[in-house]
Amino acid sequence: MSRITLHITRGDAYSVQRIETFEVPYREGMSLLDALLWVREFRDPSLSVRYSCRSANACKECMASVNGKSGYLCSIRAVEDTEVLIAPVPGLPLIKDIVTSIE
Amino acid sequence: MESMDLQTDVLVIGSGAAGMVAAKAASAEGAKVILADKSVVGRGGATVLAQMTVAAALGEAEEDHPDIHFEDTMKGSRGLADPDIVRAIVDRAPELINELEGYGVKWARTAEGIRSQVVAPGHSRRRCVYVDILNTGGATSAGLRKAIWKEPNIKRLKNVMITKIVVQDGRAAGAIGFAFEQMKPVRIKAKAIILATGGLTEMYARNSASANMTGDGFVLAAEAGAELRDMEMVQFFPIAHLHPPLVGLDPIMWDPFRYKLGGRLLNGLQEEFMDKYNNEVSGVYTAARDQTTFAIFSEVKAGRGSPHGGAYLDFRMVPEQKLKEAFGPVIDILARQGVDLTRDMVEVAPMAHFTMGGVKVSPRMETTVPGLYACGELIYGMHGANRLSGNALTEAFVTGRIAGEQAAGAKELTPWPDAIFDDEFERLRQFWHPREVQRDDVPMLALKRELQHIMWEGAGPLRTEDKLAEAERRLGELRGRLAQAALARTSSYALSLVEKLELDHMIKLGEAIVAGARMRKETRGAHVRLDYEQTDEQPASIRYVLTNEHTWRLDSVPLSGSSSAAKGVE
Repeated sequence: MSRITLHITRGDAYSVQRIETFEVPYREGMSLLDALLWVREFRDPSLSVRYSCRSANACKECMASVNGKSGYLCSIRAVEDTEVLIAPVPGLPLIKDIVTSIE
Repeated sequence: MESMDLQTDVLVIGSGAAGMVAAKAASAEGAKVILADKSVVGRGGATVLAQMTVAAALGEAEEDHPDIHFEDTMKGSRGLADPDIVRAIVDRAPELINELEGYGVKWARTAEGIRSQVVAPGHSRRRCVYVDILNTGGATSAGLRKAIWKEPNIKRLKNVMITKIVVQDGRAAGAIGFAFEQMKPVRIKAKAIILATGGLTEMYARNSASANMTGDGFVLAAEAGAELRDMEMVQFFPIAHLHPPLVGLDPIMWDPFRYKLGGRLLNGLQEEFMDKYNNEVSGVYTAARDQTTFAIFSEVKAGRGSPHGGAYLDFRMVPEQKLKEAFGPVIDILARQGVDLTRDMVEVAPMAHFTMGGVKVSPRMETTVPGLYACGELIYGMHGANRLSGNALTEAFVTGRIAGEQAAGAKELTPWPDAIFDDEFERLRQFWHPREVQRDDVPMLALKRELQHIMWEGAGPLRTEDKLAEAERRLGELRGRLAQAALARTSSYALSLVEKLELDHMIKLGEAIVAGARMRKETRGAHVRLDYEQTDEQPASIRYVLTNEHTWRLDSVPLSGSSSAAKGVE
């Protein structure tokens, strides 16, 4: 079965940041946000991600650093059999995992 | 744990268009306002996703009058709208369009400089304003956010979930909840409270709204003693995207293109079918949402669906240049994902889209609980059994405005004892942590998915007694498992704690919808009973009250609608 590998930065303002790796089954047309929600549903519900509109690129809540570049997780398609680095957007106050404080 | 203790004149809960307009209006009357949202202020909810139009009888594109908007809305409602609420909204719609323009919302204008107004199914005039391209909701949210941010009287609270409206001496006197970016109990004393939390579309497996639209406000209102109406009336949006999977696009974005370009709906055999149901002429979009939803699912049920269980949407007959002009940047987003509309059809199918029932309010947006107001999608009365395209933001703007003006008139704080706060937090602690666990012993997202499937299969667009009874049984079973689920203690971004409360609300509302759908033994608008195809001569509204035992008590209230309006003859 094809999959994607997520290396996700974990931790909050009170702990040391670390990277955790999750293998996610690939589904045609899935976004990176879909992959993170799969992790929350099937591997680790404590993974924090901020999201609202989910696929419309409208609420602009799911901003994260993806392979070192800022983007919206709902609007980036996952690519089969690749590895992706997902981290909080640098320069914004960290809340937890990839969630930062935004207005 | 240290708590956040606040006091204000008006507390607004929810910050879509209705909540932001309400906050602004109350502040303009001189009130101090707290605007709280479960999400980031002005970003969650339905408004940011609204792509289409806002209906207002401006009379710029052609002669129009609020009376005609009233008639169209009443007719569209299949006999179930509350005429006093419809009247209150349509009369002030033009005023609010101008107010929003003052906040920088740039309604599209014609070459002559008047506002560009288009027609939408069910509206008999060119009445609907919009912001190009597909940016009505985005521009509205941005304009209102800017207007709110400038207001020194408005304090914004993001990522705060309210769990209880405090009613003291028969009057809404404040609210209790928690902030979850950094976990902290919140207590707010207020002279008046406005609920603006939107709908409950997240209860359905296929839905077109934001993930946080879990119907919290219906439960908060009902628990405070307010009356709800017609909760069984959930609108399904007929031509929401189904296949192939796309990212970064709103699933309901096909609709405006179908208006503009006359996209054709085809069944699995690639035959047109809308003419069989609504005499809709090929390429001209006239059927209302309830009718198209029924037509698509009837084809699927007859074995004539598209491969993924919907219908094909076909733009292949439209010249490439015209497609490019109409779709603008969307055509590139589609191309990057392998969709070429000159060559490919897409599949579409209905999605849960809007909650037409809701909190019963007066034309002054008062709920049946003194001091507690409601506005926006949360209220009952504007849409009956079928909402017209363009009427949702109209409702949000005007009812938000009215609620803000009215709530600002509240004169006094009603004191309430600390014990209410302590009891609520004890209840939450027991609800979240029935046992001490290191990690959540059931993922809340998995339970949500189950709930969404129960509702879709049992209380979706086409309903029967057997399926509804099965949904009721499954909801009861899910409620038991939810109660047992123990969550880990979290101090930062406590998403699971929010999700367990949302699930509790959604199960409660699922029970309401199923009970109402079983009670309504007729087919009317969005509520289709395959086992009761007739539309009753005498329209009736279903009233829902939450008892002290946390069960729903329903009764039927006859309305004085005419039967021709009820049947939606157009």
